[in-house]
Amino acid sequence: MTVKRLSWLLAALLLPLVATSLLWDPALLLAVARRDPALARTILTELRLPRTALALLIGGGLGLGGAAMQGLLRNPLASPDVLGPSTGASLGAVLAGYFLGGGVLAVALGGMVGALAALALLVALAGPVAGTATLVLAGVAISALGGALVNLALSLAPSPYALYDVMFWLLGSLADRSLPQLAVAGPLIIAGAVLLLAQRHRLDTLALGEDVATSLGIAIPRLRWTIITATGIMVGAGVAVAGSIGFIGLVVPHLVRPLVGNRPGAALVPAGLAGAALLLAADMAVRLPVNGQELKLGVLTALLGAPFFLWLVVRSR
Amino acid sequence: MTLAITNLARPPLLAPVTLALPPASVTGLIGPNGAGKTTLLRAIAGLSAGPGTVTIDGAPLAAATRVRTLAWLPADRDVAWPMRAADLVQLGLGPGAARDDAAITAALIAVDAEAFADRRVDTLSTGERARVLLARALVARPRWLLLDEPVANLDPFHRLGIMALLGHLAATGTGVVIALHDLDLARRHCDRLLLLDMGALVASGTPAAVLGPAHLAAVFRIRTGPDGWEAVETQSG
Repeated sequence: MTVKRLSWLLAALLLPLVATSLLWDPALLLAVARRDPALARTILTELRLPRTALALLIGGGLGLGGAAMQGLLRNPLASPDVLGPSTGASLGAVLAGYFLGGGVLAVALGGMVGALAALALLVALAGPVAGTATLVLAGVAISALGGALVNLALSLAPSPYALYDVMFWLLGSLADRSLPQLAVAGPLIIAGAVLLLAQRHRLDTLALGEDVATSLGIAIPRLRWTIITATGIMVGAGVAVAGSIGFIGLVVPHLVRPLVGNRPGAALVPAGLAGAALLLAADMAVRLPVNGQELKLGVLTALLGAPFFLWLVVRSR
Repeated sequence: MTLAITNLARPPLLAPVTLALPPASVTGLIGPNGAGKTTLLRAIAGLSAGPGTVTIDGAPLAAATRVRTLAWLPADRDVAWPMRAADLVQLGLGPGAARDDAAITAALIAVDAEAFADRRVDTLSTGERARVLLARALVARPRWLLLDEPVANLDPFHRLGIMALLGHLAATGTGVVIALHDLDLARRHCDRLLLLDMGALVASGTPAAVLGPAHLAAVFRIRTGPDGWEAVETQSG
C-alpha cells in the first residue's frame, strides 16, 4: 500500500471517530433536547472540542514520536514508554506540580524538561550506535530511576490530597481537560510533529546505518538531536496534560510500518494518524462508565497494548 | 579528474598516506586482516575524524554533491528494517530524491538482482543481499566507487560478473577503489594495487609488481605452491 493511500484511509477512519467524540455526551444531547443552544455551544467548545483535540494530538504525538525513535535507533523496541522519556516527563511534571505551583504552563514545562533529560541521558549512556541490548538496558535503568524518583516525590507529598491528585493524574486521563491545556500542549505537539516529519527521508536512509547515511550526505548528530528534541517536546507536553499513556508509542509503529514496506520514515505520517485514532477511540471507551467511574485512559491503553506487544514478541520468536 | 589523498591518517590504525588515485581504473586495496584497508576506505569516504585531506579535482567533498561524487559500500550487510530490495536501492539516490524506477532497475540488472526487486531483504541470502546493497551504491552513477569487500559472500559466477562490471564501469570513466582479500581476483581484475600492512602503505603499482614473491612472503606469509597458495610458516599458537 502506498503511504498516501494508507494515510487517506486512516484519515477517513478518523472522521467518524472525531464526530462521535464531539457529539457523544449525554449533557450535550440533553442541552440539544431542551433547545438550549448556549449551553450546547459551551459544552461543545469548552469540553468536547478540547478533549477531542487533545486525544488526537497526544495520540498522534505518541505514535509519531515512537515511530521516529524506532527509526532513529533502528530498533523496534524503542518507544517513549520503554526507554524513559515518559517516566522522565512524569517526574518533571510531578516536581513542577510541587515546586512551581502546578499551573498548566509549569507542569507542561516540567514534563518537557523531564522527557528531554531522560532522552539525552539515554543517548549519552547507550552511545550513538547502541545495539538493542545496550539501549533497552539503559532505557529500563532510566525508567526505573525515574519511577523511583516519582515514588519518592509521592511519598514526600505535602498533603494526602496532593498525593491523591498526583497518583490519579499519573494513571493517565483526558477527563476535565479544557482549552488552557489545549492552548499549551497543542502548539508544542504540532511544532514537534513538523520537526519530525521534516526528517522522514533521512530516517528512511538511516535504515542503511549511520555510516552509509553519512556517506549519502546526512548530518547524523543534527538528525539525532532534532529527533530527540522533537520527541521530548511532544511526549513531555502530552504527559504533562494527560498523565502517562503507555504502549501507543510502542505498538502503533509496529502496526503501520509493515503496511508501508517497512520504511521507517514513510511510517511517520500513518503512525501519527493511527496513534490519534487509537487514543481517541480509547478515550471514548473509558467514558463508558464502569462502577460509576471513568476508567483511566493510561490503564486502558496498557491493558490493550501489553497483550498486543506480547503477541509481537511471540510472533518474532 | 583525480582523487588526491594528502597525509590522511587515523592513528593508531592508519599511518599518514599521501597518494593520488587515477580515475577510469580499478584500484585494489590488499593486505592481511587488520592491515587498514577498511580504515583507509572509510577515511577516503570522509567517515573518520582524523588529520589529512581528500580532494576530488582539487576540491573537498561537498555534502550537496556527495551522492553523485562517491558511493561507499561497507563490508557488513546489515539492513535495519526488512525493506523491499527496490526501496533499498532507491535510498542510494540520496535522502528525499525522487523515485527513479528506471535507475533502480538498471542497477539491479547490473548486479543480476532484478529478480529480487520486490522481495524483502530479510528473505534474501547473504550473497543476494550483498548484490542488492551493491546496486544501492551504483544507482546514482557516482564518479567514484569505494567498495569494501564487494564480492565477499558471492558465488564464483557472481564474483566474476561483479568484477567484470567494475572493470566496465572503470572503462567508462568511473574511479573504482575496492578492498579485496582474494588475491587472484586482485591480480586479474585490478589495474593497480595498494598493499597495506599494519596500518601503513607498503607498496603500490601494477598487480605483477605488488604481488611479487617478496611481498607475498613478508606481508601475507604465503607463497605460490604447486596446488595454489601455501603458508610460508606454520602459525605458532
